Amino acid sequence: MFPAPRGAGLPPAYRAAGTSSFWEFAATQAPAVLPGGDLAREALASVPHATTIVALTFDGGVVIAGDRRATSGSMIAHHEIEKVFEADRYSAVGIAGSAGIALELVRLFQLELEHYEKIEGTLLSLDGKANRLGTMLRGNLGLAMQGLAVVPLFVGYDLARGAGRIFSYDVTGGRYEEHEHHSIGSGAVFARGALKKLWRSGLDAEGAVAVAVESLVDAAEDDSATGGPDALRGIWPIVTVVSGSGLRRVTDDELRTVAERVDSERGRRARAHRAARAAGSTVGLVAEGEDRS
Amino acid sequence: MTMPFYVSPEQLMKDRADFARKGIARGRSVVALGFADGIAFATENPSRALHKVSEIYDRIAFAAVGKYNEFENLRVAGIRYADLRGYSYDRADVTARGLANAYAQTLGTAFTTESKPLEVELLVAEVGVDQDADQLYRISYDGSVAEERGVVAMGGSSEALATGLRAVWRPGLDLATVLQMACEALGEAQPRTTEQPEPAAAPAGGAAHAAATAGDVGTRPSIAPERLEVAILERHRHHRAFRRLTVAELAPLLGGPTA
Repeated sequence: MFPAPRGAGLPPAYRAAGTSSFWEFAATQAPAVLPGGDLAREALASVPHATTIVALTFDGGVVIAGDRRATSGSMIAHHEIEKVFEADRYSAVGIAGSAGIALELVRLFQLELEHYEKIEGTLLSLDGKANRLGTMLRGNLGLAMQGLAVVPLFVGYDLARGAGRIFSYDVTGGRYEEHEHHSIGSGAVFARGALKKLWRSGLDAEGAVAVAVESLVDAAEDDSATGGPDALRGIWPIVTVVSGSGLRRVTDDELRTVAERVDSERGRRARAHRAARAAGSTVGLVAEGEDRS
Repeated sequence: MTMPFYVSPEQLMKDRADFARKGIARGRSVVALGFADGIAFATENPSRALHKVSEIYDRIAFAAVGKYNEFENLRVAGIRYADLRGYSYDRADVTARGLANAYAQTLGTAFTTESKPLEVELLVAEVGVDQDADQLYRISYDGSVAEERGVVAMGGSSEALATGLRAVWRPGLDLATVLQMACEALGEAQPRTTEQPEPAAAPAGGAAHAAATAGDVGTRPSIAPERLEVAILERHRHHRAFRRLTVAELAPLLGGPTA
């Protein structure tokens, strides 16, 4: 499968001038290592699907976060899968869709960026990275048509503009720039509702992390394929902050604090509701109003 | 009419070796020195973009002297080799030894079969968990590989440079110290083509490692930080260990002894 250089040293194609793309190089030299090819339709029904990813911009960067649950039909296939990845120092990618293919796509995309950086001695522009991801997605179109679709959400810090940007994709590799915030996956509709209400301009990184976690909690409440924060087992969403100083994964301790705050706020509201229901609906509205002020 | 001349294999190889050596000697030298927290590479290179030292993989770096187009070509081939291997198996399966072998085969084949040998000398370095585990492979134009410990010098006056550096180098030095060593040695071993003014009176100093003919051991190194290309493989850095040092980082390191 892997053409190890033997006898005559590095094959001529390795030394050919031209491409800085790992993907194109591997496609000619070792196509078998790349994802793709045909899978039996029968195998498709049990492929685990990965779920809610949210992204939002803040002053000086962008935050991307994803839950940890992978499902296969109505079964939970995995409790702590990771769906948000560092693409390079200034960008990150979250994935929804067929987990195996999505993970492979991410691995290939990470290598594609690193390969370009090493050969050219410079980073790709953020638009260049986003376009590249779209092209690679198009390469998966055959599998997508068979039901093994992958949809990434790409975020990055644009060094030229000095701002965080968000790109969404469709299965055909179409690339769409999103403003303010976006979400993908089966819980995306619920997360989007939360993002619409909670996002505001002038957020700082900390505030953006809190909004991301809260919108994931909303998605987890209403979507069975999205897992919420799990304090019992210490499973927290993957939250990554991308800014001019690079990429930073938010630590579990920080996430615990944020998740506990979201939890206690909801708990307080729920208790107020219960108390109000017990006392009658008119008083209930007043009680909730007081509680929130 | 024309009589094919008989050339003995010995003569043929010697001619090729002389040709390659001459080409390599024209360029400026590169030195690599191990230090407590990694491996440092230094060379005099006024260009900010055309590098002689670069990253191959997580813990592997590449340095070269000789003809730029030839070693640039080999550098790209090495990155493709490493990335494809790491993608096919695992990142941990990419080793300096494997890459050094691939380079050795390539250079060896070119030396014996192609019309002209490659006028390059390469260094493949891998930083290990500790200084004993560092690997430095020096690959010559004819494909011969030498594993070195701690100190490697390539290019024009490599012999003198290496001898001089080996006399002062020892394991466990810090970055500033090895960079000052490297800088001083490179300054002394200016190639013949240099436009730097030669010191009028050379007080030979009696040092055993006086490198170039006009070696002026007592004075400060003559290479300004702006003219140096310096990169390091950092032992304790996660994932990609290779990093270039900017002029701003370099100046204080070369400023004076910190130990």
